[in-house]
Amino acid sequence: MPAIRHHVPDDLLMGYAAGVLPQAFDLVVAAHVSLNDDARVRLAGYEELGGAVLSDLGEAELAPDSLEQTLAKISRMQPTERSAPTGGVFPAPLRKMIGGDASAVKWKSIARGTKQAVLCADGDATARLLYIPAGQAMPEHSHRGTEMTLVLQGGYSSEDGHFQRGDLEVAGQQTHHTPIADDDGEDCICLVATDGRLRFDGLLPRIAQVFLRI
Amino acid sequence: MEKTEAHWVASMTSIAQHKDQKAFAEVFRHFAPRVKAFLIKSGADYALAEECMQDVMATLWHKAHLYDPSRASVATWIFTIARNRKIDLLRRYARPEPEDLPWGPEDAPDQVDAIALQQESTKLVDAVRKLPQKQRDLIERAYFGDLTHNEIAAETGLPLGTIKSRIRLALERLRHAMN
Repeated sequence: MPAIRHHVPDDLLMGYAAGVLPQAFDLVVAAHVSLNDDARVRLAGYEELGGAVLSDLGEAELAPDSLEQTLAKISRMQPTERSAPTGGVFPAPLRKMIGGDASAVKWKSIARGTKQAVLCADGDATARLLYIPAGQAMPEHSHRGTEMTLVLQGGYSSEDGHFQRGDLEVAGQQTHHTPIADDDGEDCICLVATDGRLRFDGLLPRIAQVFLRI
Repeated sequence: MEKTEAHWVASMTSIAQHKDQKAFAEVFRHFAPRVKAFLIKSGADYALAEECMQDVMATLWHKAHLYDPSRASVATWIFTIARNRKIDLLRRYARPEPEDLPWGPEDAPDQVDAIALQQESTKLVDAVRKLPQKQRDLIERAYFGDLTHNEIAAETGLPLGTIKSRIRLALERLRHAMN
C-alpha cells in the first residue's frame, strides 16, 4: 500500500531550503508552507542548516570598493515594506505568479467541467492548477516521475486517503490513482507539480493527455 | 575573536532602528565575503558573484526591519536572501516564497524566544563544524546545489542523523517561538 503523505517529505523541503528544486516544485512547496505551520517550522530548520553552512564558509576576496558600491546601491533602492496578509483562496506565492486570486486564473476546459491552467514549465517540471467539479473523478493516471498535489479548495479522496485544503500528496513512480473530488458542494482546486510526463490509462484520457501536454 | 550571534542580532536591530552605517559596515565585513564565496561555489563567476553579493547586502539594509531574531539566525536570514537572489539571477525567475505570517503588535519578537534560537543556532553551527570533513563537504555541496539529497542521505548516514536531531531541537524552539 502506498504511504500516505499529507505533509511535504524532508528531501523536498531540504531541496527547497537549498534552492535546488525546479520552479514548479518551488511553487508548490512555498504554497504548502504558506498553509501549513508544521512545514514552516521544518523548513526553518533546513534553512538554519543553510545558515550554518554559510557561517562556516571561507571568505572570498571582495572588490576593493565593494562596500562603497553597496552603499551607493542602497541609496538607489526603495525601502521594502512588509507585505500585508490578504485573505483569499490562493496563498501569496501563487497569487504572485498568477497576478491575482482564483478569479484571475485563465482556465482551459478539459472535459465535463474539469479545467486546468498551466502556470510554469521548466524542462520536464510543470506546475498547473486543476479544477474538478464536486463529486467528479479525475482521469485515472499513473506517472513516471514525482507528482505533488496541494489542495487549495474543497477536497478529494484517492486510494491514498482523503486530502483537504493545505494537504499535500506526493506520489512516486509506482502510484496509480483515481482522485475523486468531495461531493459536499464545493468544487476542488489543486496545485499540481509534475516532473515527468503522466501516463493516463484508457483511450479517452490518452487523448486528453496529448491535449493537456502532461 | 569570533563575534557571538547576540552581537549580530544587535547589529541588525541597530541597522533597522537607527540606520546605523557603522553596524552595517561591520556586518558587511563579516558576511559579504562569505556570501560571495557561497555564490562562487554555486557556480557564479567572480563578477556576477560580486554584483549579486552587493544586491544581497543592499537588500539586508532595506529589509533589516523585517528580520525576526526569534525565527532565524542572522546568518540564516542572509543565506535565504542570497539563495533567492542567486535563483533570480542564475535561473532568471522570481523564486516563489511562502506567505508571511500574520503580523501585529502582539507578535513582536519575544526576547526569550530569540535567545533560545540563538543558542540552538550556535549549537547547529558547532555540530556542522564537528562533522568529519567528508560529511561536511556533502552538506555544503547540497546547499550549493550540485548534489541530490538522496545521495547525501546515502553517503552521510549517521552524521546526517546527528544533524537532523540538532535540527529537531532547533525546530522545537522555532515552534515555541511561533505559538
